[in-house]
Formats: sequence, structure tokens, C-alpha cells
Amino acid sequence: MSSLSASEISAVDNVSREPVGRPAISVRDLDITYRVSVEARPTLKGAIIRLGRPSHSIRVIEAVKDMSFDVPKGSVIGVIGANGAGKSTLMRAVAGILAPSKGRIEIHGRVSTLLALGVGFNAALTGRQNVVLGSLAAGLTRAQIERKYDEIADFADLGDFMDMPMRTYSSGMYSRLAFSVAVNMDPDILLIDEAMSAGDAKFRSKASDRMTDLANNAGTMLLVSHALGTIKDMCSEAIWMHKGRLIQRGDPDEIVEAYTRFLQVGETPLIMEDV
Amino acid sequence: MNTPVISPEDEYLGEHHIYEPHRTGLPQMRPYFRELWGRKAFAFELSHTEMHAANTDTFFGQAWLVINPLLLASVYFVLVDILSGKTQGPSFFAHLTSGLFLFYFISGSMLSGASSVVSGGRLIMNTSFPKMLLPISACYTAFRRFLPTMLVFAVLDVVARLPLSLNLLWVFPILFEAACFGLGLAMLFATAQVYFRDTKAFLPYCVRIWLYLTPILWFADKAPKRLQPFLPFNPLYGIMGSWSQVLIEGQQPSGRLMLLGLVWSLSTLVVGGLFFMSREREFAVRI
Repeated sequence: MSSLSASEISAVDNVSREPVGRPAISVRDLDITYRVSVEARPTLKGAIIRLGRPSHSIRVIEAVKDMSFDVPKGSVIGVIGANGAGKSTLMRAVAGILAPSKGRIEIHGRVSTLLALGVGFNAALTGRQNVVLGSLAAGLTRAQIERKYDEIADFADLGDFMDMPMRTYSSGMYSRLAFSVAVNMDPDILLIDEAMSAGDAKFRSKASDRMTDLANNAGTMLLVSHALGTIKDMCSEAIWMHKGRLIQRGDPDEIVEAYTRFLQVGETPLIMEDV
Repeated sequence: MNTPVISPEDEYLGEHHIYEPHRTGLPQMRPYFRELWGRKAFAFELSHTEMHAANTDTFFGQAWLVINPLLLASVYFVLVDILSGKTQGPSFFAHLTSGLFLFYFISGSMLSGASSVVSGGRLIMNTSFPKMLLPISACYTAFRRFLPTMLVFAVLDVVARLPLSLNLLWVFPILFEAACFGLGLAMLFATAQVYFRDTKAFLPYCVRIWLYLTPILWFADKAPKRLQPFLPFNPLYGIMGSWSQVLIEGQQPSGRLMLLGLVWSLSTLVVGGLFFMSREREFAVRI
């Protein structure tokens, strides 16, 4: 993908920046390495048939390497980087879904996630059932969910579809419900991974207003997006990741400029399509 | 993976999480089980929702849960009748039916538990929670499907004039053994299914062979002499043997069989649980 290695580009900037007060998110020396199966559907039959041959079915992926940063309470940090930079892995690690291979992540506050993969558990179940199950799994009590449910349904504005199986939803409806669940859980920390793209213009503007509200009310946000305009508008700071490493951190305008310049100079036009 | 620490003095709603690598490949037990207990409502809700989706909570849904194993019991009864060449009495039918009911509770836990993690897809990739809730929920569903069959057995019990005594209370510890054993298997195979997606395709064959090797279609004491020494190696031998002693013979179960059942079920539960927890952190990238 890139001919440049991360270390050649720039020294890590501002890694040890001291936040004011206790940070909402503190990441120290984080490495995340995991093994994935190359096969789409690994089977015992396949493994037996391959016996005796050198196996190439498992790949080790070093998704995040030696990252350290703090996110002060109340700040909105944008995370940018080319595909495969490790942004989504970082978000899932901060959410507690993926375990660090090395290092430590410390979180102060209730985390709510809106990750790229969308909400929902089972497409055969209704939106309502998925919201209840997802919230129970995330640690909310039934009473809390009952209190929040109407807000979630009103904000998503799906009408009768809330009681229809989720397989009947369009992709826009999926993302409206996902966004509504994530922002209506009164999170202290909201993690959003490239989830703003779906939904119609009206909902996008509503979502953007809600995020601004959250940011103004001292909510902490970590926002992954390829929409560099959004990063510039919404974030107080930005982080640029490349091949699992933190390249630069600072003012969003500066970081976006540095990143865009890097894409123009060091990358193929393929990467530019994501911008 | 997930080591949440709740500190009441925390300024942010009291939530404080620290995520670090596991030192021994296992999460810290106390916080893990505290989280598990705190989110038990999820396991019940999931089971309830799935039963509702499968229409098992309607009258005819419940009726089917009863009719299905009863039909199977009739099929096996006829089969044994033909193969053995002599007509079996009502007590054999009761033994066969009660054994099949319990066997299907255990194998049902194992089979639905096996797919519980893989079918948890998006939730596993997007939410941090103790994944053990998924096989637990599957076993709870299997138990709820098993309960109505006990009513049928109660009717059979009266019709076949089986002995009624306080010894019947032994069904509760035996059910406990069966539940622990089923949950242990559910966790083992749920993990295996993540790595080998055809595990579940092999299981029905294993279940069928296991059924024939277990004293359900035959009485334990009627087993051929040469097979007797091997019987205790069947994990279900103790559980099924004591189940039949209590329900059919109306006796207190033998201490040996109960102990055998307990050892097998607890060790399966511990091995299955530890295996599941040690691999759990990988599920999000393997699914």
C-alpha cells in the first residue's frame, strides 16, 4: 500500500502531552497483535485435509504498535489514517472488545460505542429486541433501558419498523438506530468509527447536532472518519495513525494538512479515494 | 481482557475500566464473574427472545416440545422391541422416555451452546461483555424446553404405576449434575465452533452414537459383561444410571453413580469454562 514506513515519515509528536486533570482515556505502550484465519470459514475438514502441508491458514496481524496517548475529559479527538492503519482496532481496544497484547488502557467513564459494523445482534429479531439485548449486554439494567427506550425510538424515528425484524431494514435505518442507541445511553465517552456516512441528509444533520451537544456538555469523543471536513469541524484535536503507529497529534487543521500532503506524496491514488 | 474496576468515588458515574494483557491467558476471575452476574438479565432475555422467535412459548409450541421426544421414544421402543425379539413392559417405556428427555436436555445444551458464540456475531464484535453469557443462555433455553417434558413423565409415572416416594427429590441434584455437564459441553463446543465452523455438523453423529452407548435404550445392568468395565468412562453413565434408579425404581441413587456423575459434570464444567475463558478474547477477531 505505502512505500514509506511509519518511522520514516515523522517523529511521534505530542505523545506525552499532559492533559488537564485526569484523562478520560489513557493509552500506554499499546500493542495489539492478533491471529486471524485466512480462510473465510475455517473448518475441521479443511484442517484435516491440509494435514502434513505447511500451513498458511493463519496470519498474524500487528494492528497497533507502541501507541501512547491521553484523551482529556471533554475533548473531541479525531482519528485519521489510511485503510489498515489500525484505527478500528484501536477503537475496539478502547471499548474493551479487543484485549491489548502489551500495554495498558485506562478508561474513566461510561463508554458507548458506534462502530463500523453496526448495531444489532440478530437480524431475525426486531429493532426493539435488539436494542434491549444490546443494552443488557452493555451492562444497563432493565429499568435504565425502559427509561431510555422511548428516547432511542424517537430519535431513530423508525416508526413501526422498531417492531419489525431488522432484516427488513435498509442500511440507512440500521445506522439511524445504531446512532440513536449510542448517543442516548448518556455516555461519558463516545467512540464513533466511520458510522456517520449512512442515513439521509436530515438525519445526518440531526446526528451532527446531537454530537455537538454531547461535545458541548463535556462529553469525550473519539471519532474515526475519512471525512476530513468532519474532523476539522468537530474535533479539538486529531491523531494520525499509519500502519499501527501514532504518527502525529495536534491541531486538526495541521494534522489533516499533513495527512493530505502525505497521501499526495507518498501514496497511490487508491488511498485518495477514501478521502 | 476486561478488568473493570468500579470505584464509587470516581467522578464519572463510578465507572473505571483497565484493560491489560492477561498474564496467564485467563481473565481475573473475581471481576469476570462479577460482570457475568451483573449481566445475567441478558442471558435470560436472550433465551426468552429466542424462544419467542421460535414460537416455543405458545401452547402448540410447548406441545411440540412434548410430542417430539414422545414420538422418538415410541420409535425407539418399537425398535428395541423388534431387535430384542421380546415385548418390553411399561417400566421399560418409562425408563426409555425419561432417559431420552434428560439426554435431549444435555445434548440440546451442547448443540445450541455450540452455535451460541458464532451466532452472537455483531454483538461480540461491538460490545464488551463476558461472552460466557451466550452458552449460559443456550443452556437455559434447553432447560426451559426440557421442563414441559417432565409433566409428560409425571403422567407416565402414574400410568405405569411407578413407585412414588420421597426418593424422587433426588431428581434435583441429578438435574444439577446434568445442567453442569451440559454447560461444560456447551462452552467447549462453542469455542471449537469459532475455530472450526463445521464442528456443529459433526455433533449430531456423535450425539447419536453417544445415545446408543448410554443406558437409555437398555438397562445398565443388562449390558454385556465384556462392556461393563468400560461403562464408567461414559460421562453420562453416572447421571443416567442414577436418574433411572430414582425415577423408575423409586430408589435412592447409588452413591457410586452419583459421585461418578458429579465428578464428570464438575470436571467438564471447569475444563469447558477455563477453555472458553482462555479463548474468549480472540472471538472478536475470529468471527
